[in-house]
Amino acid sequence: MTTSAAPESASSPYESGNLSDLLEAEGTIGESRTQFLTPRQLMLLRFKRNKLAVISFWFLALLYLSALFAPVISPYDKTHRFNKHLYLPPREIHIFSEDGGLQRPFVYAVKIETNKETFTRDFVEDRSQQYPVQFFVKGDPYKLWGLFRLDWHLFGVENAEEVGPIFLLGGDKFGRDILGRALYGGRISLTIGLVGVTISLIIGLLLGGLSGLYGGVVDNLIQRLIEFIRSIPTIPLWMGLAAALPADWPQIRIYFGITIILSLLAWTTLARVVRGKFLSLRNEDFVLAAQSAGANQWYLIWQHLVPSFMSYVLVDITLAIPGMIIGETALSFLGLGLVSPTVSWGVMLKDAQQVVEIAIHPWILWPAMFVVVTVLALNFIGDGLRDAADPYADL
Amino acid sequence: MREFILRRVLQLIPTLILISIVSFTIIQLPPGDYVTTYVANLAAAGEELSEEEIMALEAHYGLNQPGYIQYIKWITNFVQGDMGLSFYWDRPVNRLIGERLMLTMIMSFFTLLFVYAMAIPIGIYSAVRQYSLADYVFTFIGFIGLATPNFLLALIFMYIGIKAFGASAGGLFSTEFLDAPWSVARVWDMLKHMWLPVVIVGTAGTAGTIRVMRATTLDELGRPYVETARSKGLREGPLTMKYPVRVALNPILSTVGWRLPEIVSGTVLVALVLNLPTTGPLLWRALMSQDLYLAASMIMILSTLTLIGTLISDILLAWVDPRIRYGERGTT
Repeated sequence: MTTSAAPESASSPYESGNLSDLLEAEGTIGESRTQFLTPRQLMLLRFKRNKLAVISFWFLALLYLSALFAPVISPYDKTHRFNKHLYLPPREIHIFSEDGGLQRPFVYAVKIETNKETFTRDFVEDRSQQYPVQFFVKGDPYKLWGLFRLDWHLFGVENAEEVGPIFLLGGDKFGRDILGRALYGGRISLTIGLVGVTISLIIGLLLGGLSGLYGGVVDNLIQRLIEFIRSIPTIPLWMGLAAALPADWPQIRIYFGITIILSLLAWTTLARVVRGKFLSLRNEDFVLAAQSAGANQWYLIWQHLVPSFMSYVLVDITLAIPGMIIGETALSFLGLGLVSPTVSWGVMLKDAQQVVEIAIHPWILWPAMFVVVTVLALNFIGDGLRDAADPYADL
Repeated sequence: MREFILRRVLQLIPTLILISIVSFTIIQLPPGDYVTTYVANLAAAGEELSEEEIMALEAHYGLNQPGYIQYIKWITNFVQGDMGLSFYWDRPVNRLIGERLMLTMIMSFFTLLFVYAMAIPIGIYSAVRQYSLADYVFTFIGFIGLATPNFLLALIFMYIGIKAFGASAGGLFSTEFLDAPWSVARVWDMLKHMWLPVVIVGTAGTAGTIRVMRATTLDELGRPYVETARSKGLREGPLTMKYPVRVALNPILSTVGWRLPEIVSGTVLVALVLNLPTTGPLLWRALMSQDLYLAASMIMILSTLTLIGTLISDILLAWVDPRIRYGERGTT
């Protein structure tokens, strides 16, 4: 046990009133760690131990950032159609010239050749023309976040209309950039989970809290409601509700409509967790202590109850987002959710409904990759948080 | 036991009534009805209907009455087994749904079987051989399965089918059996086609179940009683199967009721992509064309079947576990 608690300043650590000194004196904190950590710091420390979760976290942060800066990163506007280059395959970026010498990154020009056997028009690289990949080029004008009028893009190539635009993940049936659209789509697909989860959280906290606090008839009613919602197969219900959204609504209203539909199911899980926590915490000593000290209900809930189960709720939130992203994708894929001109991953995948199309242009499945990777990352983070939130786990 | 079953069946009734109201209201929600869509389509084709003709159409479909009367009519007939008329197909809903519903049920049943047949052994293996190569591989596949939406998996499988075998993987029957009457050969043909959708729909559920099975088995394996049994000389194989696995199976079985809605949802989506003659595509088209009775009846039936499936699994569970029979549902 360390004795750094300076006995000369206070005769006993109990009198100094400093919690970390106190714990140290009692031997609660080990030899090496004289620092006092809040539960939140502990949780962060444990989370950082989980490499996969940390990597997923930074990856997701990057994805959200690129969605935020979508107009800057994507070389062309989401509606820019290259009519000469429909279904252009992903462009290859070369760094070695024909003779093997190292060069700054470039792409070969694209020319259209008619295949003699199948009589299809194929895109082939014209090895005689090189176009270097340029950075910070002028291109389609856009308004970043509706505030800044800009016209430069992170990268691009010259003479795109003639020799082929730089579509890193290929182009779609209208000759639009799939990468750029996927980034734009991320704005919808990535936020729909967040907004949905916020709505679910509000409903879940409210109803779960009511259920756990008051018990009795209220509890019974809410529990029956939850059981009822959980017993209905989701997709048919979602399909019905999504089909009920009027088609002539503005895009933003459809967006919120879909979000609310997706939240309809997710709140039940949260409400159950909240109720369980309320029930178990209600009889804890510290709650009774606060009550006998005269704390009112509202103060008790927000100062004592909510903070003590928030970490568990956080885990459930993280694990609820993937379901919403998949839900939106599925509905839009069916044509029941968001529709073009709104760009979301599901809307983009709608073009991939026909297997024949996928067989000829497999790159139109790229938005699916975004969905899978995002959902994976969120699952890893959720798992990491769950382990980190466990107060009995080893440090 | 009989009391338990009776109680659960009685509990089902209010839920069913609620579901019927919800299904019917959902379909009523969009502005306009089948007749307005129909008239608009005719107008687009250059054919104008007079006011009386529209009124007659509405009267024919019963759409001129207020919503609650339509509901009461529909639900009274529904209980008697008559689900009304499909506007779009101009045929009784019963006849449209019949075979498709059966195929959906068969598919859901096989999917459930597949989920447990795959997940339980893999879960046990992953727990016993924790951190082995196979454990990592299964965990990885499990995560991918969890993260990939069903319909995407269906698309990818179809893509592989076309690329690798040059054949489309859709459908449930070969062309010669499409409209053939039921026979042993037709059933065999169906089973040959069904494995793919079953695998696709089952993957997500399997992935989830593996994780639960692995986690609970691991918990149990660390318990002192296992150590005791081991020290008494019990061989590892029978020991695992007899004690930890049996305990670990309980949470798996008690969540059958949650798996079922998932699977039914999955079959609806996957059926659309693979173009299976199940309820999925029919429901989709009914919703698109505001085919009131067809859509409402289908949501109603799918939910009812799910509820009945859950009920059966609850009864089975109560039969296995006396604690549930006597109303002690624990924390789940």
